[in-house]
Amino acid sequence: MAEIISPLPGTFYRRPAPDAPNYKQVGDSVAIDEVIGLVEVMKMFNEVRAEVSGKVVRYTIDNEDPVEAGQVLMIIE
Amino acid sequence: MTTTHKVLIANRGEIAVRIARAAQELGLQTVAVVSDADTTSLVAQMADQVVNIGPAHPAKSYLNADAILQAAQSTGATMVHPGYGFLSENAAFARRVTQAGLIFVGPSAETIECMGNKSVARETAQRAGVPTVPGSAGTVDDVEMAAQVAAEVGYPVMIKASAGGGGRGIRVAHSEPELRHQLPLARSEARAAFGDDAVYLERFIARARHIEVQVLGDGKRVVHCYERECSLQRRRQKIVEEAPSPALSQMTRDALCESAVRLASAVGYSGAGTLEFLYDDDSGEFFFIEMNTRIQVEHPVSELVTGVDLVREMLRIAMGEPLRFKQEQIVLKGAAIECRLNAEDPERNFMPSPGKLSALRWPGGPGVRVDTHVYAGYTIPPFYDSLLAKLAVWDENRPAALQRMQRALAETSIEGVHNTIALHQQLLADPAVQNGQFHTGYLEQWMARRAAEKALALTSESTAGLAV
Repeated sequence: MAEIISPLPGTFYRRPAPDAPNYKQVGDSVAIDEVIGLVEVMKMFNEVRAEVSGKVVRYTIDNEDPVEAGQVLMIIE
Repeated sequence: MTTTHKVLIANRGEIAVRIARAAQELGLQTVAVVSDADTTSLVAQMADQVVNIGPAHPAKSYLNADAILQAAQSTGATMVHPGYGFLSENAAFARRVTQAGLIFVGPSAETIECMGNKSVARETAQRAGVPTVPGSAGTVDDVEMAAQVAAEVGYPVMIKASAGGGGRGIRVAHSEPELRHQLPLARSEARAAFGDDAVYLERFIARARHIEVQVLGDGKRVVHCYERECSLQRRRQKIVEEAPSPALSQMTRDALCESAVRLASAVGYSGAGTLEFLYDDDSGEFFFIEMNTRIQVEHPVSELVTGVDLVREMLRIAMGEPLRFKQEQIVLKGAAIECRLNAEDPERNFMPSPGKLSALRWPGGPGVRVDTHVYAGYTIPPFYDSLLAKLAVWDENRPAALQRMQRALAETSIEGVHNTIALHQQLLADPAVQNGQFHTGYLEQWMARRAAEKALALTSESTAGLAV
């Protein structure tokens, strides 16, 4: 099991746009450097990239929910 | 007996504090609505009542009309001031406020709709005899027609894709041969990019300034509070604003302000509003672009040069009072400058810098005004914009105001987050800025030059290091 951590505080988005599908679904495979979500900090959108590869177990933060720097966004195995 | 009003402030940050102050000075009760992220905000501490309207995300709180209206009902608020941003130019929200039997502090929903539509606003301006950017009446179908229109409009002209926007799908032609060459290219580009090859022509203004006129109306009469110069922008975000504009002659100023009053009068404007113009330094012409039907961030510079409290007047007008000023009673005096201090790191591409303010020192003394919602120990949430404070100064004339601003910036200290104080100090020391010689593209050019100089300095430093 590995965790993907938010590098920044802000608002977490699971998808690139409101009407787009999530970046990842449970069971999807994730490669190193792949985008798994966005963190909006003061109206600036930052991509969150995976630092490990594996399979998505679950997102731990809901879409549009606040997130702290260092908080776990996703668990992969 | 007059009604005792209670103002619900449907906003956050410094403008919420600004509105609370104006309401308190008028003896009105205040209701602050806050998100989960703002429960310790300054306005929450100042207001008579506080209602939590939802989660941090703006869509769930400050843009949530249901939650705001519910807060108004539960607190017995009689007026809603929308501030700027969020729901301030949302006609549907204004309508709902009115339908709920409350007063919306601003123009009617119909006026917001009318001025919010670019082509309707442009037509309204033309009918009122206010100049708009010269261009083709509609789309141009062929090269011959384009050449004819361009000859009337004057070169250089922009060829703009009808379906474009945000600066995309624009070509510039400086002469008829260039136009003949570029038009077919522009059309095929537009077809490829937007699936629509319709293009239109508009005069290209190379060194445009952004100058805007502040107006106040009571539905019957409109007055202006002169203009603001807002050309120093980065990515269309204003960084420094001033009043009056250093570029206008008295004759042009009068014509500009009269135009603004004519247009606002044509729509029976009520409340505070701003008419934005492009000003062409080379020809001395100005052109109406759009109207903002709300209070603006940079309103303090107009207040400083006229002595009119715009936010207080907005509340008075909303309560049904007639305008208290005749135009000749609004006198332009001295010069005012505002610097927007943001929680951003200018040395790292303006990376946002939320977090806890460990220590703060604001400037004081004559002619200095600070509009802010932050205090020492306050944590700036990452969910909203990065505006920390608006530092504004007034002095007898522009050179004195610039000096005073430098003094005030030097006195200011913000610890705990990155901020733009140093950037302002350098920008205001720039000779072109000191001479008032700039246009809307100037700040970005200045920053590119500054970055290049810094890189060069680093290179020579390391070369010098090698030589030792």
